[in-house]
Amino acid sequence: MLIEANNLHKSFGDVRAVDGVSLHVAACEAYGLVGPDGAGKTTTMRLLVGAFACDEGEVRIAGHDIRTRPEDARSNLGYLPQRFSLYSDLTVQENLNFFGEVRGVTSAELAQRGAELLGFVGLKGFEQRLSGQLSGGMKQKLGLACALIHQPRVLLLDEPTGGVDPVTRQDFWQLIIRLLADGVAVIVCTPYMDEAVRCNRVGFLSQGRLLTQGSPRELTARLEGRVLELVAEPRVRARQLSLDDPDVEDAQTFGNRLHLRVRAAAGPLERLPGTLAAAGVQVTRLKPIAPNLEDVFIALLEEAEAAHV
Amino acid sequence: MRLLALIRKEFIQIIRDPRTLALTFAMPVIQLFLLGYAATNDVRNIALAVFDQDRSPASRELLDAYRAADYFRIDFDVDSEIEIRQLIDSGAARAGMVIPPDYSEQIAAGHTARVAFVIDGSDPTLAGTALSAATLIGQAQSTDIAVERLSRQGQLAAMDPAIEVRTQVWYNPDLVSAYYMIPALIGMILQFLTTILTSTAIVRERERGTIEQLIITPIRSWELMIGKLAPYVIVAFIDTIEILIAGILIFGVPINGSLPLLLLLSGLFLVSTLGIGLLISTISNTQQEAMLTSIFTMLPSIFLSGFFFPLAAMPQFLQWISYAIPLRYFLIVVRGIVLKGVGASALLPEIIALSVFAFIVMGVAAKRFHKRLD
Ligand SMILES: Nc1ncnc2c1ncn2[C@@H]1O[C@H](COP(=O)(O)OP(=O)(O)OP(=O)(O)O)[C@@H](O)[C@H]1O
Ligand SMILES: [Mg+2]
Repeated sequence: MLIEANNLHKSFGDVRAVDGVSLHVAACEAYGLVGPDGAGKTTTMRLLVGAFACDEGEVRIAGHDIRTRPEDARSNLGYLPQRFSLYSDLTVQENLNFFGEVRGVTSAELAQRGAELLGFVGLKGFEQRLSGQLSGGMKQKLGLACALIHQPRVLLLDEPTGGVDPVTRQDFWQLIIRLLADGVAVIVCTPYMDEAVRCNRVGFLSQGRLLTQGSPRELTARLEGRVLELVAEPRVRARQLSLDDPDVEDAQTFGNRLHLRVRAAAGPLERLPGTLAAAGVQVTRLKPIAPNLEDVFIALLEEAEAAHV
Repeated sequence: MRLLALIRKEFIQIIRDPRTLALTFAMPVIQLFLLGYAATNDVRNIALAVFDQDRSPASRELLDAYRAADYFRIDFDVDSEIEIRQLIDSGAARAGMVIPPDYSEQIAAGHTARVAFVIDGSDPTLAGTALSAATLIGQAQSTDIAVERLSRQGQLAAMDPAIEVRTQVWYNPDLVSAYYMIPALIGMILQFLTTILTSTAIVRERERGTIEQLIITPIRSWELMIGKLAPYVIVAFIDTIEILIAGILIFGVPINGSLPLLLLLSGLFLVSTLGIGLLISTISNTQQEAMLTSIFTMLPSIFLSGFFFPLAAMPQFLQWISYAIPLRYFLIVVRGIVLKGVGASALLPEIIALSVFAFIVMGVAAKRFHKRLD
């Protein structure tokens, strides 16, 4: 295991930002850490890199304890923080050189790897630009290049595609996939489910707790046969009527479709067409579908809330 | 080499920030001008209005004596006491002299002639100077007259004054304030610049989020600390030399002591001020906070170090507080070396005090300085 985190706890006053998180990520594996705003994703990352000391628990990066042997652990660690954290008054090249030099990359290596990385992230030709003058997506790419300059075996990315256009998002994932092929272990924090699906494993974080973790397939399997897709007009009315059905637990809107989470599919499939038609709602489609991660996540959040009350 | 990379990065940032650069290298000279010229206690050319009712050779002789000393400038020759009052009220004249109509008669008769001298007391420094200057000039003139009288009576040479008090000022014989202020200015500027620049430079990393990337590099806390301080030590030394050169060229301040000793002890003083900057950085979250806190720590340093006001004239408890201010010791050092040309042995108590400060402040700051976010 390249990343081992056991039972991490971190509180800020009364706020339990991270509350008993354990993660294990192996080489070639991408772990998606998903959670709403304030769930504790960034705090978890900061515990993993040792920017915060944990109240409880331990972190090992490539076998080195982050608390007792931070330098060894960090020589294996690349980190792209959520917030832009390079020097905006230094050029692209100067940032890359600086972070390479302080990590002990020799100047010969630096010249070669620097050029390679800038090509890799698509910043060739921008070497002399002040990094503060780059676009949001380019800043993230430079951040990634700086995080990779010392060829780390562990890469932590905190919302790397936040505020980045869809094409750049694609680029980013292509880069991550190539790194995985080279044997890097990656953790990606993201609020986007379509990104989480690309990970080998996903952990759902809410209020500092990992609600569950597993591969996207394992997670969606838990709701197998319990999600119905409904396409009907008018949609708002259709949603209200569906929620009145005793077997429907939840109804989420996805574009022009509704996803109904049901206790069992048979009842609603039988009852709903009649109920909706009687109310003047025109149903185009009603059928069981494969659940997506978002369905699973919402179900888990509601369960967790119910358990709290 | 990590440390070198840090220092190089810091210098690039200094150069790319024109406002800070201007603050760093222009401020010392501007301060020097302000304090060298404006904060001077030297009073010269006090505007004097004269109402000479006698208009005799004797009264002209008296006026010449006043003219000769450059304390006074006879700007107004008026014809009534009321005019003198008006001139002083309007601020056009700061002093007035009234010579009685019988001035020359009284002197010729061997009596004491009374000359009235009025001073505008609204500015105490100026009034004090005018008062003592007027008295001294008057006394000198009356001595001359007395000697003349006696010689006329054939008692020449027998009448040397019985006692003569001769005052002599050492080290700064012309009592030029600039000589006193400029060396002190080195101390003040060094402290001001190093605390502000180092504290903001460190807090800037936190404010802009760059600390998050620095934290996960293998840079050790002490390397980060040295990497942040070293550039500003160099800047501070450049400033010291800048002030000295400007002081010599513009104000003609004589450097009587050893320059290497001065630079060495400036370095010792800098350890304390950099430590203060470092401490401020550990309690500030924004550059603005760091800047304000730095300015706040400057105030007691300026007022309780003997920079403007002599310590001996202060209430006892303020004098006690002043022992806790490193600038106090450094001012003694810098004035001692520049004005008196003293060596290290005469400054031993100050050197010990500065060393103790350097050790304590830097020690506490280094202990508090962590390469972490929490
Ligand atoms: N330095 C800090 N001091 C005090 N509270 C903090 C600090 N950092 C985080 N918190 C609190 O901890 C909780 C978790 O914050 P965190 O930044 O880890 O969330 P997040 O999942 O990264 O959210 P987002 O998606 O908005 O980035 C929040 O309630 C936050 O207010
Ligand atoms: Mg976050």
